[in-house]
Amino acid sequence: MEHYKMELTQEEKDILEGKQGEVMQKVLKSIVLFGEAFGAKRLVPIDGPIHVVTSFGMTGFDAVFAMMDELIGAGLKTKEPFTVDPRPIDFDNIETTEESKKVSLDLYQNQEQYEEQLQKLGLKDKNAFSCASYMPEVGNTPQRGQVLSWAESSAVVFANSVIGAKSNRNSGLIELLCGILGKTPEFGFLTDEGRRADWLIEVKTTKTPNPMLLGSAIGMKVVGDNPYITGLDQLLGTELNNTMKDYLKDMGAATASNGAVGLYHVENVTPEAVEHGRDLLVEGYQTYVIDDAELDRVMASYPVLWDDMSAEPAFCFIGCPHLSLNQIYTWNENIDRALKKAGKDKVTIRTILSAAPDVIAKFKEDEKAYETLINNGVNLSFTCPVMYMNNPENSKNPIITNSNKMRTYSTARFFLDDEVLNIIVNGKNY
Amino acid sequence: MKTFKGRVVLGGNLTGESVVSRQGFNTLATYFRGLTTGSSICNDQNNKDLYQKDVGGKIICLPKTIGSTTGGMILQCAADVGIGPAAMLYADHIDSISAAGIILAEVWNDKKIVAIDQLGDEFLEAVQDGQKIEIIEDGTVIVH
Repeated sequence: MEHYKMELTQEEKDILEGKQGEVMQKVLKSIVLFGEAFGAKRLVPIDGPIHVVTSFGMTGFDAVFAMMDELIGAGLKTKEPFTVDPRPIDFDNIETTEESKKVSLDLYQNQEQYEEQLQKLGLKDKNAFSCASYMPEVGNTPQRGQVLSWAESSAVVFANSVIGAKSNRNSGLIELLCGILGKTPEFGFLTDEGRRADWLIEVKTTKTPNPMLLGSAIGMKVVGDNPYITGLDQLLGTELNNTMKDYLKDMGAATASNGAVGLYHVENVTPEAVEHGRDLLVEGYQTYVIDDAELDRVMASYPVLWDDMSAEPAFCFIGCPHLSLNQIYTWNENIDRALKKAGKDKVTIRTILSAAPDVIAKFKEDEKAYETLINNGVNLSFTCPVMYMNNPENSKNPIITNSNKMRTYSTARFFLDDEVLNIIVNGKNY
Repeated sequence: MKTFKGRVVLGGNLTGESVVSRQGFNTLATYFRGLTTGSSICNDQNNKDLYQKDVGGKIICLPKTIGSTTGGMILQCAADVGIGPAAMLYADHIDSISAAGIILAEVWNDKKIVAIDQLGDEFLEAVQDGQKIEIIEDGTVIVH
């Protein structure tokens, strides 16, 4: 057996010697080497739900497909059923040109084959495609203190911060291998020390900041460190209700994508901040004050990657990460109210609300609300807006979004929620 | 000639040509398009150092990687189709995204990307594009 620095159990040593087969040996070797890169001393059991980031069967992914076939061939599956990030295409709910469709079908030509592989490895069900798998309707919700091995950055930061579960910011497909082994390396966010805060963030704005803008400012400043955020409790209250969770979901996604944050604490709100308060701050922590001027500066710093800066938007995407049920209702009501106020029947810009299939199904049970949405010209889609933009035919189009994550990973132009609402109802104003 | 010593993440003896990203290297943005076309040109329009440069088979010198957590698998696939780097030399501690890709490529695809981390800021200050780099198995990096 090769020499490993990690403390291994006898069973783990046996696996590394190939006693459970060559494929399982490769599974564990990958995990041990990954853990050792971060100084992990041992592996610990995963006792929470499993989620996998890689949901798309793209051209050029032969290495992934071959790896999946090896795992399936060895009869391996995850210890518990897993969820996975959103599907990359949705022709039924997003109007698509023939050229765009052709490119998508070519780009994701292995999607069906890949989904079959996912099912054989333990995919929960055919609806289990969402970056927000922790939504109650999806049912892959961890509990406080549970050890996870997730990779989707917006889900990792939500699970760590809002739920108080423990997951490192892994990368595909290490998290799948950990799900098969049922163990993950112990380092970083799995340790008490790794959950302490390196930064004190003082929010001193005159009104509640847009969560995606605030998260972006924090992420760009602290990058991969852990922030402890004060002042939000004065603006939002302290109850961790659905509205608060939605705010923190979006703020967290922006911290994770505009930086690389995997855990934040909000004073008097998130579980560990409630329990430990400012004792979470490390000695010699740094401080970052965010006021109105700082948010204006951050907003003005975003490049616009459109060829024509004054183009009329082709689409508006709302829901990156996927919307909660509460957020769909809120957008539906806000759009309906704004249309009535403007004396209009339908939105001016084709608008897509993205959410998990199970969340969409739940919303559609409310026939009256769904009818309002459809009548107003808004569509629901289960897809990932960023993957939609991976199609070069789509990314050529001027797309607007309220997602700072989508802005970071695509050519989409970011607007604050109020501006987005105004544009989709009344047309461009820039 | 300058010599640096880092930590070996995946060791090997190698000599090659440097390309330098002085900002975080975005794995997904760099390789995503190339995976479908077989091109090793960097497609990350936000990377002012490497955008439109050929990074295939080169020794990438960087602080660390950034971006989507699908990036590990992207790096694994890039190595598999022959557009990946020969080595990655990190000024900082290696990140979880590229660590996953480098390890998966080695274990599952028998494609080695030599990785040395914690070379320090002075390494990135010293190295330029197109230099001859020699990597020794113990983590020594010689910039010629």
